[in-house]
Amino acid sequence: MSFYGVQFLTGLASASSLFLVASGLSIIFGVSRVVNFAHGSFYMLGAYIAYSLTLRLGGGALGFWAGIGLAAVAVGLIGAAMEMVLLRRLYRSPELFQLVATFGVVLVVQDLALAVWGPDDLLGPRAPGLAGAISILGHRVPQYDLALIVIGPAVLVILWGLLNRTRWGILVRAATQDPEMAGALGINQKWLLTGVFFLGSLLAGLGGALQLPREPANLLMDMGIIAEAFVVVVIGGMGSIGGAFLAAVVIGELQAFGILIFPEITLVLLFLVMAVVLVVRPWGLLGRPEALVPKAAARDVGRPFRPVKAAWRRAGWGLLALLVLLPLIAGDYALQVASEVLIFTLFAASLHFLMGIGGMISFGHAAYLGFGAYGAALAVHHLGAPMEAALIAAPLLGGLGALVFGWFCVRLSGVYLAMLTLAFAQIAWSGVFQWTGFTGGDNGLIGIWPAPWAAGAAGYYYLTLALAVAALAGLRRAVFAPFGFALRAGRDSRLRAEALGIDVKRVQWLAFALAGAAAGLAGGLYAFLKGSVFPTVMAIPVSVDGLVMVLLGGVHTVLGPLIGAVAFTGLKIGIAAETHFWRILLGGLILATVLAFPKGIAGFLKDRLMRPER
Amino acid sequence: MIDRRTFVTAVAAMAAIAAAVPARAAGEPIRIGEMNSYTRLPAFTLPYRSGWELALEEINAAGGVLGRQIEVISKDDGGEPGTAVTMANDLLAREKVSLIFGALLSNVGLALADFAKQKQIPFIAAEPLTDTIAWSQGNAYTFRLRPGTYVQAAMLAEEAAKLPARRWAVVAPNYEYGKSAVEAFKALLSARRPDVEWVGEQWPALFKIDAGATVQALARTNPEAIYNVTFGADLIKFVREGKLRGLFEGRTVASILGGEPDWIDPLKDEAPEGWIVTGYPWYALETPEHVTFREAYRKRFNDYPRLGSVVGYAAMKTIAAAIAKAGSTEPKAITAALRGLTLESPLGPITYRAADQQSTMGTFVGRLTVKDGMPRMVDWRYGDGAKYLPSEVEAAKMRPAE
Repeated sequence: MSFYGVQFLTGLASASSLFLVASGLSIIFGVSRVVNFAHGSFYMLGAYIAYSLTLRLGGGALGFWAGIGLAAVAVGLIGAAMEMVLLRRLYRSPELFQLVATFGVVLVVQDLALAVWGPDDLLGPRAPGLAGAISILGHRVPQYDLALIVIGPAVLVILWGLLNRTRWGILVRAATQDPEMAGALGINQKWLLTGVFFLGSLLAGLGGALQLPREPANLLMDMGIIAEAFVVVVIGGMGSIGGAFLAAVVIGELQAFGILIFPEITLVLLFLVMAVVLVVRPWGLLGRPEALVPKAAARDVGRPFRPVKAAWRRAGWGLLALLVLLPLIAGDYALQVASEVLIFTLFAASLHFLMGIGGMISFGHAAYLGFGAYGAALAVHHLGAPMEAALIAAPLLGGLGALVFGWFCVRLSGVYLAMLTLAFAQIAWSGVFQWTGFTGGDNGLIGIWPAPWAAGAAGYYYLTLALAVAALAGLRRAVFAPFGFALRAGRDSRLRAEALGIDVKRVQWLAFALAGAAAGLAGGLYAFLKGSVFPTVMAIPVSVDGLVMVLLGGVHTVLGPLIGAVAFTGLKIGIAAETHFWRILLGGLILATVLAFPKGIAGFLKDRLMRPER
Repeated sequence: MIDRRTFVTAVAAMAAIAAAVPARAAGEPIRIGEMNSYTRLPAFTLPYRSGWELALEEINAAGGVLGRQIEVISKDDGGEPGTAVTMANDLLAREKVSLIFGALLSNVGLALADFAKQKQIPFIAAEPLTDTIAWSQGNAYTFRLRPGTYVQAAMLAEEAAKLPARRWAVVAPNYEYGKSAVEAFKALLSARRPDVEWVGEQWPALFKIDAGATVQALARTNPEAIYNVTFGADLIKFVREGKLRGLFEGRTVASILGGEPDWIDPLKDEAPEGWIVTGYPWYALETPEHVTFREAYRKRFNDYPRLGSVVGYAAMKTIAAAIAKAGSTEPKAITAALRGLTLESPLGPITYRAADQQSTMGTFVGRLTVKDGMPRMVDWRYGDGAKYLPSEVEAAKMRPAE
């Protein structure tokens, strides 16, 4: 019995550190609606800065805690600076566009941290006075764990007081619930948002700094925490601090006790819990359902799509002709890169079909790319299928996966829907990762090479071009077909669409399947391009890449994802081939691009070049 | 005015240059492709890069190979197998390299190995630990330098079998390397000691260990000894929590790779004393070939070598030796030369076995202690890979038919 009590305490200690990071993310998201990918980077910076400060301030208790506090404040200032320099210019951009900017920050911080602190893991000091363990119920419990168990709820109380008992807190809550009304009442939102970013980033920094006695400062901390923090925020309910705390406790305890029964479950537990919570209680444990559709986003849908003018159509045919002639001038490597760019163009277009046309954000779109890639690879591997048959299996499996996941997802909307797609993608990923006998586990499936007629670089390029262009044309056809109109109607006004007799859920569900099939085809092509498939193809970074492509290009144009995919994939491959410092260069370029084109590249072009005919 | 002497000198100089031009064309550098996860895992790949850079400088300073300098084109795979294949295409199609070497992560290594098979180009998988790359998924073009999971586990199991402990628990990261390291150790220890009982298993996600809960769960099974496979930040967290909670008191821990400075040095004076580890005692290995290497490395980088540095250095020397033996830079000739190639490495002579193209580089096993505030191996011995690898006949049977 005593063992379970001690295990419970251990779970609480983990919950406390998780809560600190998640509460910061929740506050930032609740007020600004910014999906802040850089939050994990701030957590990592908190640990590194605390390491440097505690080293400098000496080993006493005062030096240690001063170091932790100063590190948190420093990270808060960095967060505020990011808001002022970067995000402030992007609040009028399409929904989620700020995500691209924070992704650029993540890349830059990774290389900067490596340059400043070096590659080695840095083991910080233990907390003076709390370095030992005390005996509870016959088991030893680290004193620092007990300190964390106190710090978590203490921060919760302080935050609650700050948000409910101060004027600033009232303004923040007002801005969370109705930003337009708050603005109309003369509240200076500029500084309010800066303050919110300061507080949120400070909490991330504090969370990272407090990890120092338990975990070395290391370069993988940023990616390690960010998904977890999002999950806690969503399970708790967006913008709900109490919810974040509750969710952190649930996750911490499930982790502590789960490993006793299923030691291998840690890989997926978090996402399983999130999926169950979202299916049962779509707005999180303590979230409120009415906050589901942010007002700004509902308004910001852009003009209806319409087919482009004839001149532009001719330009499109010209471009296609150029692509067909490309093998005459390009070498093998250029053709392989071009094939990869085409594949990701199709992937981005399929994601855009969900996001831009259907209004359904997917944070887990890599799942369908992965289903396609594995569909093709498994067909080759287990059935001995030829390439042609495997390339049919790819969209089938992609579409089938999307049908299953979509059935649950279309019951939600907004960021909750997005997080459910992420949960499903992670569950699929861990299935592929752990089912070693069937999928090869993380060692993947190799030997997936094209048929002899398509084995050359030019041959495979033509195959990719033909299939990708056909699929893109199909998607475009769907956008301007009655099906696409119904989908857009559901996006812009669900109530009116349903009043017109459109079964919105059903239309959205089919859209999921169509997008999944298109992404699956891209996955199949990817598998044969690389000759192998690994679980990384359906991991979070690929989903994020897809989002960046779509958003960078511009959500509110049909052409946007194509431009975004070409720009992002091309840049990434081009820069990475030339230098090991590709992250800081790519991140810097992304930041420059979002500042230059706050509506996305295609959005900019559309405003400048393609004014609608009067 | 140009006098006659100046004129003659000028003409002679021009003639010399003219004569030298074709000679230099023939002496164009040999291009070699290299790739590793430099941005994803810099702590473990940057010492590796220093290693091959040192070897490259030595080789070129001594006149290169076949009278030509060697040029390495280095890429970062970002820890992604997909990116690795793109980069390999770049190296092959655009940079026209004769050979590719590198890789740390097993899945990147496997993707490159299959690429090498498809394109019929030699690939030296320097660091990947998965044994599938040499055996169940081995191919004619892939050569593996470092001793894999099986050899490391075999050396540990040999030492572990000498312990009185009968109740064993294991903790390993939940992915292929963790699984195969546990599988091999269990099989080898149980074969030597049929009385051993396996009482508990913990499988934390890689680099996401919940150390406190994991330590508690292990302690609950009350093992007499623990086999640890975690590394990196996971290992550091595990050690700190384990010490605080008394997990290691009265228990012996066998830890694969636990003595490699690459993984254990961040712990400094908190390194767990008494653990049985495989590793690399660079501070105590005084063979002439190693002393030469260590001093050269120190002088060049003002740092001590990690195991990655040895592997990088030996990989580059392998390439020079293979090209010299082949007498050509043709991929087919280099591949043939690599089979059965023997050369000197800082750890002694190694041979790439003809049957499975696995090198006989071995590793060290010993006990961990702390000296002058840093982790050190004591009572160590070198285990030659040739002694611990399955015989060439057995190894050949494990490989797919060609």
